[in-house]
Amino acid sequence: MKNNNIVEIKNLIKEFPIGGDFFKALDSVDLEIVKGEFTGLVGPSGSGKTTLLNIIGGLDSSTRGDVIVLDQLLNKTPHNDRAIIRRKDMGFIFQSYNLLPVYSVYENVELPLILNKIEKNKRKKMVLEAIESVGLSDKIDSKPNQLSGGQCQRTAIARAIVHKPSLVLADEPTANLDSENSHHIMNIMCNLNSQLDTSFIFATHDEKIMGYLRRIIYLDDGQISKDKKIKNPKYL
Amino acid sequence: MLFNIAIKNLLGAGIRTWLNVFVTSVSIFMIIFSSGMYSGMREHAMNVSIDTEIAGGAYWHPKYDPYDPTTFEDSHSKTPIEFKNLISNNNAIEILVNQASIYPEGRIMPVVLKGIPLDQNILNIPTSSLNNYVGPNIPIMIGKGMSEYAKLNIGDTFTVRWMGSDNSYDAAEGEIIHIMDSGNFKIDMGHIWIPLSKAREIFLMDKESTYIVYKDGINEISSMSSWIKRDVKYLIRDMEAIIKQDRPNAIMIYIILLSLAAMGIFNAQTLSIFRRKKEIGTLMALGMPKNRVVLLFTLEGALNAVLAIIMTGVLFGPLLYYFSIYGIPLPIDYSDMGLIIAKTLIPVYSPLLLIVTGIAVFTILLFVSYLPSRQISKMHPVDAIRGKTV
Repeated sequence: MKNNNIVEIKNLIKEFPIGGDFFKALDSVDLEIVKGEFTGLVGPSGSGKTTLLNIIGGLDSSTRGDVIVLDQLLNKTPHNDRAIIRRKDMGFIFQSYNLLPVYSVYENVELPLILNKIEKNKRKKMVLEAIESVGLSDKIDSKPNQLSGGQCQRTAIARAIVHKPSLVLADEPTANLDSENSHHIMNIMCNLNSQLDTSFIFATHDEKIMGYLRRIIYLDDGQISKDKKIKNPKYL
Repeated sequence: MLFNIAIKNLLGAGIRTWLNVFVTSVSIFMIIFSSGMYSGMREHAMNVSIDTEIAGGAYWHPKYDPYDPTTFEDSHSKTPIEFKNLISNNNAIEILVNQASIYPEGRIMPVVLKGIPLDQNILNIPTSSLNNYVGPNIPIMIGKGMSEYAKLNIGDTFTVRWMGSDNSYDAAEGEIIHIMDSGNFKIDMGHIWIPLSKAREIFLMDKESTYIVYKDGINEISSMSSWIKRDVKYLIRDMEAIIKQDRPNAIMIYIILLSLAAMGIFNAQTLSIFRRKKEIGTLMALGMPKNRVVLLFTLEGALNAVLAIIMTGVLFGPLLYYFSIYGIPLPIDYSDMGLIIAKTLIPVYSPLLLIVTGIAVFTILLFVSYLPSRQISKMHPVDAIRGKTV
């Protein structure tokens, strides 16, 4: 990885067509994120943090500018190749968990490994490890509708880190959780970050999350208004 | 990999999947059942015709045309010598045909009068029932349809009038000795059957016949010059023409039932894709390319069809088998309508029918599974994750 940067964004512009006009969701964004960082994209609703997260994850494309993630220029990478990058090197955590309802905890966590064609025995070991790391070993056969919100989000975290990706993107991961569960989830992710050296990027406006972040990038009307490194996060 | 995921998704959806599979399997059952009924009708008509009328085939007098009664007058002659062995070995029978009129209770009815040997066993007609008659009248056997139409019962007597070989009209009293239930309207309606010896005697046509019916498996008589060989294929051609004419109706029913099954799957797939947008988005986010997601959903539809085919076998197989053994009693006697249809219709499910139906159902359902799944390729992953409409 050049310069140890996991994400490099240069002069990123993202526009959405609205009616006959265009709405600029991101405007001239320049950003570098180093491997192993625990970063938050923070800002009010409509500031562009989820859009930026989706572009970094290759789920959305930039209108102009270069987005280099894991040494791949995403704006020049075809859909299928972006899917491969996500499959191998990225993990996603969503606000509403996005677990597959007919799958058990084990099966949900197993899915990225199946997609990566990991051999069955190795797969089992990795799934059990991931489930254990989020403290859900006793819920292994439960379906999402039998779990609490916190347990669902822990399952989603296990699914995001099971294949040991370089980058985990979390969009408002604590928005649907109470305070206790939010802290629990963040502690798990902090531990994984230090154990696996996985980079985490959060899109959030939750004050509790900010207490764990080592870097906070403030977004306002699609532009980076402040980029702050935190030496001693509040909850760490 | 996709196959395992598709199976997991299908089974995981529980009652939703099974309801869908059940509805599809009902449609498949209906397709097989109605096609089986149709095949059963055809086979029955064919079997009855061969059993009671055609046997292994026939040799006709050169002037004989069963559809033109005016030919009967001239379509008889001494039975050719070439048939002697066949007849004496009970491998063939002679039948003498003539036009006649009957006068039951003063009414006049034109009929085809046929003389047949009473001790024959080539055609499944109860000719032996005339054997024991010792009265002065002409012993007559008629069919059930004719009996109902002409209001004739056993023991009824009436005048029979015919033209003999000397071109003079003659008449005698006939008596109904037996009413047969052959199921074949072609030997029933407008027909009266009498002993061959009596026919020859009253028509003054000694040793003459109109056509010869031979047993199945009898070799062709190569030296036959004048009489015309009519094989089974020729003799059932009119029936095949009726069947061919009726084929579009059968195809229409087949298409309607197949469309019902297809609509069920199409509806389920469309609903499934609409309901599972978030899941589709999640799969894309986890790194499944769009074309693989399309394939996954198409595969689910195809597996739906496979499960439906299996369910048809398990759930409706015994029912289909039961009908194929015991048949289905029909409420109406269709012989009145000039149709050879059994009173208890036994459906026939040929291996070809089952294979063709299976392949047709699977192919159509695969196609209708793919159609809505194509929508996925138009979905934006971000919108799908949020569950937004396409």
